[in-house]
Amino acid sequence: MNARLRWRKFVSGFMLSMTGVCAFIAVSVLFFILGYLVYHGGTSVNWNFFTKLPAPVGESGGGMANAIVGSAKLLALATLIGVPIGFFGAIYLAEFSGSAVAFVVRYAADLLNGVPSIVIGIFAYALVVLPVKHFSTLAGGFALGLMMIPITLRSTEEFLLAVPNALREAAMALGASKWKTIATVIVPAAYRGILTAVLLAFARVAGETAPLLFTAFGNRFWSPGWGQPTASLPVMIFTYAIAPYEDWHRQAWAAGLVLLGLILVINIVARAILARGIAVPRT
Amino acid sequence: MEASVRPAVSVNISPTPGSGSRETHAALPMRMTVAKVNFFYGTKQTLFDISLGIAASKVTALIGPSGCGKSTLLRTLNRMHETVRNARLEGEILLDGQDIIAQDVTSLRRRVGMVFQRPNPFPKSIFDNVAYGLRINGSKLPIGEAVEKSLRHAALWDEVKEHLHKSAYELSGGQQQRLCIARALAVEPEVLLLDEPCSALDPISTAKIEELLVQLKDLCTIVIVTHNMQQAARVSDFTAFLLTGQLIEFSPTPHLFTTPGDPRTEAYITGRFG
Repeated sequence: MNARLRWRKFVSGFMLSMTGVCAFIAVSVLFFILGYLVYHGGTSVNWNFFTKLPAPVGESGGGMANAIVGSAKLLALATLIGVPIGFFGAIYLAEFSGSAVAFVVRYAADLLNGVPSIVIGIFAYALVVLPVKHFSTLAGGFALGLMMIPITLRSTEEFLLAVPNALREAAMALGASKWKTIATVIVPAAYRGILTAVLLAFARVAGETAPLLFTAFGNRFWSPGWGQPTASLPVMIFTYAIAPYEDWHRQAWAAGLVLLGLILVINIVARAILARGIAVPRT
Repeated sequence: MEASVRPAVSVNISPTPGSGSRETHAALPMRMTVAKVNFFYGTKQTLFDISLGIAASKVTALIGPSGCGKSTLLRTLNRMHETVRNARLEGEILLDGQDIIAQDVTSLRRRVGMVFQRPNPFPKSIFDNVAYGLRINGSKLPIGEAVEKSLRHAALWDEVKEHLHKSAYELSGGQQQRLCIARALAVEPEVLLLDEPCSALDPISTAKIEELLVQLKDLCTIVIVTHNMQQAARVSDFTAFLLTGQLIEFSPTPHLFTTPGDPRTEAYITGRFG
């Protein structure tokens, strides 16, 4: 074996192990974070955590039931705002608009996606909080919903465009109108991708703290209604993590673990739904 | 409906003079007539003054080298060309004597079905694929029976009757193409357009589809685009030869392949170009 061939074999082996190591690191980060959360917060995740209100300062124990419900309300509202706008906007972009309009909308969506979440928070504060002069669940959901629009829009559009044109032609040649083609063939063919996009957007905003700080604000008690401030897991993590109490730190870790766990569960359930039905094979 | 209505403009839609069988074509009822059709993509003209008649319950083949406009001509027959931006059609195309441009495009496409070059089943079950056209058209027919009938017509029933609810993608390429034919037949079209339906298939699947086409003549009128001259010779009753967007020769198939009237047709069918 001459030197040149040995060198080539070495480079090949080196690159192969590098890609393997990088793949391993990518996966291990998730498990490392999960392990760290379990290590620090695992002991605080108990029945009380899911059912009790936060304990008053100085007392140990208590839970974050109000924050869990608050997060669920905020995310439900955000999904209600962000997903329909993103989804139907994507349908317009992918199926109807001319290239000039599509370019402008795509560009705007990408810019909106790049707007720092704290700025979105200020915007929601100015638009929803200031007029009524108090923080509210609605304002928080509105801020998170705004953030979901560009993510849903751009990825849904990509998945719609990935549906082979042959399927559009097949439906139209059978006498389907444009809308019928979209509703009965294109969206069903792309729905896995679309659902994945929605999940990504959901997971992304589930952990957002900054836009909630001056919209949903926070609450040590049950939020009395949609028009009132509410606790949420990310804001609780923030508040508890910077507090000077050991017990609160543990609860912050626990809240992180619960948040990650909830996203994981939603992901797994959605994937199980996705696994059914028929996918368009890649050609 | 009297099927042999001639176009309003006086044009010759019958086979090329000298082919010896103008009278036989002229005597046939016409399902569709194409009269002085010019076609443009933007400013580029791709069809020039095409006129021909498509005889009812016969197979008409469109042949010619790549880019000659045969697929474009086929797609104008059910107005699929309108899905392309900047496409423009001049001239007149009649279905049973009525101008297709004046009709509602969705009902036109129910009457003039289409099968494409590559099998394009929907990501649905075999049953749902065939039922699709019936469902979107709100058909009152019992869907199960109609699906079985269409699959039988497409010679696919025996192969799939045990697993109608499996994914259409589990079928082989040839079966998928026959499924697409069944799907098109389900809405009982008067005309079936096929755009090189066998070009992505193996010889055995191709033979099955060719056999099928000959049988389907009783159900509907067939127009097939093919770049395979032997295929045109095997399945069609009339053949139109197109070159660079012009109709060079239109004759009964045996006549075109044995005694072509135009030197360009002869050059093409003897393999000197294309």
